[in-house]
Amino acid sequence: MTSISDNLNSPSPTANVHVLNINWFQKQRNGNDEVSLTLNISADLQSMFTWNTKQVFVFLAAEYETPENALNQVSLWDGIIPSKEHASFWIQTTNKYRFIDQGSNLVGKDFNLTLHWHVMPKTGKMFADKIVIPGYRLPNDYR
Amino acid sequence: MGWIGEYVDSIRSLQFRNVLTQMVSLGMIVASALIIWKGLVCVTGSESPVVVVLSGSMEPGFKRGDILFLHMGKDPIRAGEIVVFNIDGREIPIVHRVIKVHERHETGEVDVLTKGDNNFGDDRLLYARGQLWLHQHHIMGRAVGFLPYVGWVTIIMTEKPIIKYVLIGALALLVVTSKE
Repeated sequence: MTSISDNLNSPSPTANVHVLNINWFQKQRNGNDEVSLTLNISADLQSMFTWNTKQVFVFLAAEYETPENALNQVSLWDGIIPSKEHASFWIQTTNKYRFIDQGSNLVGKDFNLTLHWHVMPKTGKMFADKIVIPGYRLPNDYR
Repeated sequence: MGWIGEYVDSIRSLQFRNVLTQMVSLGMIVASALIIWKGLVCVTGSESPVVVVLSGSMEPGFKRGDILFLHMGKDPIRAGEIVVFNIDGREIPIVHRVIKVHERHETGEVDVLTKGDNNFGDDRLLYARGQLWLHQHHIMGRAVGFLPYVGWVTIIMTEKPIIKYVLIGALALLVVTSKE
Protein backbone atom coordinates (compact mmCIF):
# COMPACT_ATOMS: atom_id res chain seq x y z
CA MET A 1 0.00 0.00 0.00
CA THR A 2 2.77 2.40 0.90
CA SER A 3 4.21 2.02 -2.56
CA ILE A 4 1.21 3.63 -4.27
CA SER A 5 2.85 7.02 -4.05
CA ASP A 6 5.85 5.63 -5.94
CA ASN A 7 3.69 5.76 -9.06
CA LEU A 8 3.63 9.53 -8.76
CA ASN A 9 7.39 9.74 -9.15
CA SER A 10 8.40 10.30 -12.79
CA PRO A 11 12.14 9.69 -12.95
CA SER A 12 14.51 11.15 -15.51
CA PRO A 13 17.69 9.05 -15.35
CA THR A 14 20.71 9.43 -17.59
CA ALA A 15 23.47 6.97 -18.50
CA ASN A 16 26.64 6.93 -20.53
CA VAL A 17 28.97 4.01 -21.26
CA HIS A 18 32.28 3.92 -23.11
CA VAL A 19 34.26 0.84 -24.02
CA LEU A 20 37.77 2.07 -23.25
CA ASN A 21 39.67 -1.05 -24.23
CA ILE A 22 39.34 -4.62 -25.47
CA ASN A 23 41.75 -6.30 -23.04
CA TRP A 24 41.69 -9.63 -24.78
CA PHE A 25 39.40 -11.53 -27.12
CA GLN A 26 39.67 -15.25 -27.76
CA LYS A 27 37.97 -18.54 -28.42
CA GLN A 28 37.89 -20.87 -25.43
CA ARG A 29 38.95 -24.49 -25.78
CA ASN A 30 35.27 -25.54 -25.73
CA GLY A 31 34.53 -23.27 -28.68
CA ASN A 32 32.85 -20.35 -26.91
CA ASP A 33 34.06 -16.82 -27.56
CA GLU A 34 35.14 -14.77 -24.58
CA VAL A 35 36.08 -11.13 -24.42
CA SER A 36 37.39 -8.89 -21.66
CA LEU A 37 36.49 -5.20 -21.73
CA THR A 38 37.42 -2.09 -19.82
CA LEU A 39 34.37 0.08 -19.37
CA ASN A 40 33.67 3.59 -18.27
CA ILE A 41 30.16 3.83 -16.85
CA SER A 42 28.53 7.03 -15.69
CA ALA A 43 24.92 7.45 -14.68
CA ASP A 44 22.61 9.66 -12.71
CA LEU A 45 19.79 7.75 -11.05
CA GLN A 46 19.05 10.26 -8.30
CA SER A 47 15.51 10.76 -9.55
CA MET A 48 14.74 7.07 -8.82
CA PHE A 49 14.90 7.66 -5.10
CA THR A 50 11.70 8.39 -3.18
CA TRP A 51 10.91 8.15 0.51
CA ASN A 52 10.01 4.48 0.03
CA THR A 53 13.26 3.47 -1.70
CA LYS A 54 15.52 1.10 0.19
CA GLN A 55 18.10 0.71 -2.54
CA VAL A 56 18.56 0.63 -6.29
CA PHE A 57 20.28 -2.33 -7.90
CA VAL A 58 21.98 -1.26 -11.11
CA PHE A 59 23.68 -3.42 -13.72
CA LEU A 60 25.13 -3.16 -17.18
CA ALA A 61 24.40 -5.97 -19.63
CA ALA A 62 25.66 -6.69 -23.12
CA GLU A 63 22.66 -7.63 -25.26
CA TYR A 64 22.86 -9.12 -28.74
CA GLU A 65 21.27 -11.61 -31.11
CA THR A 66 22.96 -14.67 -32.59
CA PRO A 67 21.84 -17.22 -35.23
CA GLU A 68 20.88 -19.60 -32.41
CA ASN A 69 19.61 -17.22 -29.76
CA ALA A 70 16.96 -14.55 -30.16
CA LEU A 71 18.38 -12.79 -27.14
CA ASN A 72 21.60 -12.99 -25.20
CA GLN A 73 21.87 -10.92 -22.03
CA VAL A 74 25.23 -11.03 -20.33
CA SER A 75 25.72 -9.02 -17.15
CA LEU A 76 29.09 -7.26 -17.20
CA TRP A 77 28.96 -5.17 -14.08
CA ASP A 78 26.53 -4.49 -11.25
CA GLY A 79 26.30 -2.47 -8.09
CA ILE A 80 24.00 -1.50 -5.27
CA ILE A 81 23.18 2.16 -4.72
CA PRO A 82 22.23 2.54 -1.07
CA SER A 83 21.10 6.15 -1.09
CA LYS A 84 20.39 9.17 -3.23
CA GLU A 85 23.80 10.68 -2.43
CA HIS A 86 25.46 7.76 -4.24
CA ALA A 87 23.06 7.72 -7.19
CA SER A 88 25.13 9.95 -9.44
CA PHE A 89 28.24 7.91 -10.09
CA TRP A 90 31.16 7.28 -12.37
CA ILE A 91 33.20 4.11 -12.50
CA GLN A 92 35.98 2.67 -14.62
CA THR A 93 36.12 -1.11 -14.46
CA THR A 94 36.86 -4.31 -16.31
CA ASN A 95 33.86 -6.60 -16.67
CA LYS A 96 33.01 -8.11 -13.28
CA TYR A 97 31.32 -11.16 -14.82
CA ARG A 98 32.81 -13.07 -17.72
CA PHE A 99 31.53 -12.07 -21.14
CA ILE A 100 31.20 -15.51 -22.75
CA ASP A 101 29.03 -16.29 -25.76
CA GLN A 102 27.11 -19.54 -26.23
CA GLY A 103 29.14 -20.49 -29.28
CA SER A 104 31.50 -18.51 -31.44
CA ASN A 105 29.54 -15.49 -32.65
CA LEU A 106 31.34 -12.52 -31.17
CA VAL A 107 33.80 -11.65 -33.98
CA GLY A 108 32.71 -8.34 -35.47
CA LYS A 109 29.48 -8.56 -33.44
CA ASP A 110 27.24 -5.52 -33.02
CA PHE A 111 25.80 -5.30 -29.54
CA ASN A 112 23.90 -3.01 -27.17
CA LEU A 113 25.00 -2.05 -23.73
CA THR A 114 21.95 -1.67 -21.52
CA LEU A 115 21.95 -0.08 -18.12
CA HIS A 116 19.19 -1.70 -16.07
CA TRP A 117 18.03 -0.72 -12.63
CA HIS A 118 15.73 -2.43 -10.16
CA VAL A 119 14.27 -0.29 -7.43
CA MET A 120 13.78 -2.11 -4.14
CA PRO A 121 11.19 -0.44 -1.93
CA LYS A 122 11.17 -0.33 1.85
CA THR A 123 7.89 -2.13 1.39
CA GLY A 124 5.58 -2.84 -1.52
CA LYS A 125 6.00 -3.23 -5.26
CA MET A 126 9.38 -3.49 -6.93
CA PHE A 127 9.93 -1.93 -10.30
CA ALA A 128 12.57 -1.83 -12.98
CA ASP A 129 13.58 0.07 -16.07
CA LYS A 130 16.55 0.48 -18.41
CA ILE A 131 18.40 2.68 -20.84
CA VAL A 132 19.53 0.93 -24.03
CA ILE A 133 22.72 2.30 -25.56
CA PRO A 134 23.15 0.81 -29.05
CA GLY A 135 26.01 0.91 -31.50
CA TYR A 136 28.88 -1.05 -29.96
CA ARG A 137 30.92 -3.48 -32.03
CA LEU A 138 33.48 -6.14 -31.14
CA PRO A 139 36.72 -6.34 -33.16
CA ASN A 140 37.02 -8.37 -36.36
CA ASP A 141 39.77 -10.61 -35.04
CA TYR A 142 40.86 -12.27 -31.79
CA ARG A 143 43.58 -10.59 -29.80
CA MET B 1 -37.48 -38.01 39.50
CA GLY B 2 -37.98 -37.96 35.71
CA TRP B 3 -37.67 -34.20 35.42
CA ILE B 4 -34.02 -34.23 36.55
CA GLY B 5 -33.14 -36.75 33.84
CA GLU B 6 -34.91 -34.57 31.23
CA TYR B 7 -33.06 -31.49 32.46
CA VAL B 8 -29.65 -33.22 32.18
CA ASP B 9 -30.52 -34.47 28.71
CA SER B 10 -31.47 -30.99 27.52
CA ILE B 11 -28.19 -29.56 28.79
CA ARG B 12 -26.29 -32.35 27.10
CA SER B 13 -27.92 -31.70 23.75
CA LEU B 14 -27.32 -27.96 24.15
CA GLN B 15 -23.62 -28.56 24.81
CA PHE B 16 -23.42 -30.95 21.91
CA ARG B 17 -24.90 -28.29 19.60
CA ASN B 18 -22.49 -25.65 20.90
CA VAL B 19 -19.51 -27.88 20.37
CA LEU B 20 -20.72 -28.73 16.88
CA THR B 21 -21.15 -25.04 15.97
CA GLN B 22 -17.68 -24.28 17.21
CA MET B 23 -16.19 -27.18 15.27
CA VAL B 24 -17.90 -25.88 12.13
CA SER B 25 -16.60 -22.35 12.64
CA LEU B 26 -13.09 -23.71 13.19
CA GLY B 27 -13.47 -25.68 9.96
CA MET B 28 -14.65 -22.55 8.17
CA ILE B 29 -11.51 -20.66 9.22
CA VAL B 30 -9.23 -23.44 8.00
CA ALA B 31 -11.19 -23.76 4.76
CA SER B 32 -11.14 -20.03 4.00
CA ALA B 33 -7.39 -19.89 4.63
CA LEU B 34 -7.00 -22.71 2.12
CA ILE B 35 -9.28 -20.91 -0.36
CA ILE B 36 -7.23 -17.71 -0.12
CA TRP B 37 -3.96 -19.61 -0.60
CA LYS B 38 -5.21 -21.65 -3.58
CA GLY B 39 -6.80 -18.52 -5.04
CA LEU B 40 -3.44 -16.76 -4.87
CA VAL B 41 -1.83 -19.76 -6.57
CA CYS B 42 -4.29 -19.43 -9.45
CA VAL B 43 -4.05 -15.66 -9.78
CA THR B 44 -0.26 -15.39 -9.62
CA GLY B 45 0.48 -18.53 -11.63
CA SER B 46 3.14 -19.48 -9.13
CA GLU B 47 3.08 -22.72 -7.13
CA SER B 48 3.92 -20.85 -3.96
CA PRO B 49 2.88 -17.18 -4.30
CA VAL B 50 4.43 -16.04 -1.04
CA VAL B 51 7.90 -17.05 0.15
CA VAL B 52 9.96 -16.18 3.19
CA VAL B 53 13.60 -15.23 2.69
CA LEU B 54 15.68 -17.71 4.66
CA SER B 55 19.26 -16.66 3.95
CA GLY B 56 21.26 -13.46 3.77
CA SER B 57 22.46 -14.03 0.23
CA MET B 58 20.39 -11.15 -1.16
CA GLU B 59 21.32 -8.60 1.53
CA PRO B 60 21.01 -5.71 1.88
CA GLY B 61 17.98 -5.90 -0.41
CA PHE B 62 16.26 -8.83 1.24
CA LYS B 63 17.02 -9.89 4.76
CA ARG B 64 16.19 -13.12 6.53
CA GLY B 65 12.56 -12.99 7.56
CA ASP B 66 11.33 -10.73 4.77
CA ILE B 67 8.36 -11.85 2.71
CA LEU B 68 8.33 -11.86 -1.09
CA PHE B 69 5.28 -11.97 -3.31
CA LEU B 70 5.78 -14.00 -6.45
CA HIS B 71 4.21 -13.82 -9.85
CA MET B 72 5.00 -16.10 -12.76
CA GLY B 73 3.20 -14.50 -15.70
CA LYS B 74 3.81 -15.29 -19.35
CA ASP B 75 6.67 -12.83 -19.85
CA PRO B 76 10.00 -14.46 -20.55
CA ILE B 77 12.71 -14.38 -17.88
CA ARG B 78 15.09 -11.43 -18.24
CA ALA B 79 18.38 -10.45 -16.64
CA GLY B 80 18.05 -8.50 -13.41
CA GLU B 81 14.84 -10.15 -12.29
CA ILE B 82 14.76 -11.84 -8.92
CA VAL B 83 13.54 -15.40 -9.34
CA VAL B 84 12.74 -18.23 -7.00
CA PHE B 85 14.05 -21.55 -8.27
CA ASN B 86 14.30 -25.17 -7.27
CA ILE B 87 17.38 -27.28 -7.85
CA ASP B 88 16.97 -31.01 -8.45
CA GLY B 89 17.91 -32.81 -5.26
CA ARG B 90 17.47 -29.77 -3.05
CA GLU B 91 14.36 -29.22 -1.00
CA ILE B 92 14.54 -25.53 -0.22
CA PRO B 93 13.88 -23.03 -3.03
CA ILE B 94 16.42 -20.25 -3.56
CA VAL B 95 15.72 -16.54 -4.19
CA HIS B 96 18.43 -15.00 -6.38
CA ARG B 97 18.90 -12.54 -9.21
CA VAL B 98 19.26 -13.46 -12.88
CA ILE B 99 22.58 -12.25 -14.33
CA LYS B 100 22.67 -14.03 -17.70
CA VAL B 101 19.96 -15.07 -20.15
CA HIS B 102 20.29 -16.92 -23.46
CA GLU B 103 16.98 -17.39 -25.25
CA ARG B 104 16.55 -19.66 -28.31
CA HIS B 105 14.95 -18.38 -31.48
CA GLU B 106 12.23 -20.88 -32.33
CA THR B 107 11.38 -22.56 -29.06
CA GLY B 108 11.92 -19.60 -26.73
CA GLU B 109 13.71 -21.93 -24.34
CA VAL B 110 15.96 -20.09 -21.93
CA ASP B 111 19.30 -20.73 -20.29
CA VAL B 112 19.52 -18.67 -17.12
CA LEU B 113 22.36 -18.02 -14.70
CA THR B 114 21.65 -16.57 -11.25
CA LYS B 115 23.62 -14.99 -8.42
CA GLY B 116 22.86 -13.72 -4.93
CA ASP B 117 23.53 -9.98 -4.63
CA ASN B 118 25.52 -10.60 -1.47
CA ASN B 119 27.43 -13.63 -2.78
CA PHE B 120 30.84 -13.32 -4.34
CA GLY B 121 30.38 -15.74 -7.22
CA ASP B 122 27.52 -16.96 -9.38
CA ASP B 123 25.26 -19.88 -8.45
CA ARG B 124 26.88 -22.68 -10.48
CA LEU B 125 28.25 -24.12 -7.22
CA LEU B 126 24.70 -24.35 -5.87
CA TYR B 127 23.30 -26.04 -8.95
CA ALA B 128 23.26 -29.80 -9.38
CA ARG B 129 26.60 -31.36 -10.27
CA GLY B 130 27.54 -30.44 -13.82
CA GLN B 131 24.56 -28.14 -14.28
CA LEU B 132 25.51 -24.89 -15.99
CA TRP B 133 22.12 -23.25 -16.51
CA LEU B 134 18.66 -23.03 -15.02
CA HIS B 135 15.72 -23.71 -17.33
CA GLN B 136 12.12 -22.57 -17.26
CA HIS B 137 10.95 -25.61 -15.26
CA HIS B 138 13.33 -24.84 -12.39
CA ILE B 139 11.79 -21.42 -11.87
CA MET B 140 8.80 -21.14 -9.54
CA GLY B 141 8.17 -17.44 -9.90
CA ARG B 142 9.66 -13.98 -9.95
CA ALA B 143 9.54 -11.59 -7.04
CA VAL B 144 7.27 -8.59 -7.60
CA GLY B 145 6.55 -7.30 -4.10
CA PHE B 146 8.17 -7.11 -0.76
CA LEU B 147 7.13 -6.95 2.89
CA PRO B 148 9.81 -6.74 5.58
CA TYR B 149 10.02 -8.74 8.84
CA VAL B 150 6.64 -10.53 8.63
CA GLY B 151 8.31 -13.81 7.68
CA TRP B 152 9.96 -14.08 11.07
CA VAL B 153 6.72 -15.59 12.33
CA THR B 154 7.16 -18.64 10.11
CA ILE B 155 10.92 -18.87 10.72
CA ILE B 156 10.38 -18.91 14.48
CA MET B 157 7.56 -21.41 14.14
CA THR B 158 9.60 -23.86 12.07
CA GLU B 159 12.68 -23.54 14.26
CA LYS B 160 10.84 -23.62 17.61
CA PRO B 161 7.89 -25.99 17.08
CA ILE B 162 6.69 -25.59 20.69
CA ILE B 163 5.77 -21.98 20.00
CA LYS B 164 3.79 -23.15 16.98
CA TYR B 165 1.78 -25.66 19.02
CA VAL B 166 1.17 -23.16 21.82
CA LEU B 167 0.01 -20.59 19.26
CA ILE B 168 -2.26 -23.02 17.42
CA GLY B 169 -3.63 -24.28 20.73
CA ALA B 170 -4.33 -20.76 21.93
CA LEU B 171 -6.05 -19.84 18.66
CA ALA B 172 -8.15 -22.99 18.72
CA LEU B 173 -9.10 -22.31 22.34
CA LEU B 174 -10.09 -18.78 21.41
CA VAL B 175 -12.32 -20.00 18.60
CA VAL B 176 -13.88 -22.78 20.65
CA THR B 177 -14.58 -20.66 23.72
CA SER B 178 -15.81 -17.59 21.87
CA LYS B 179 -19.55 -17.08 22.04
CA GLU B 180 -21.56 -15.82 19.13
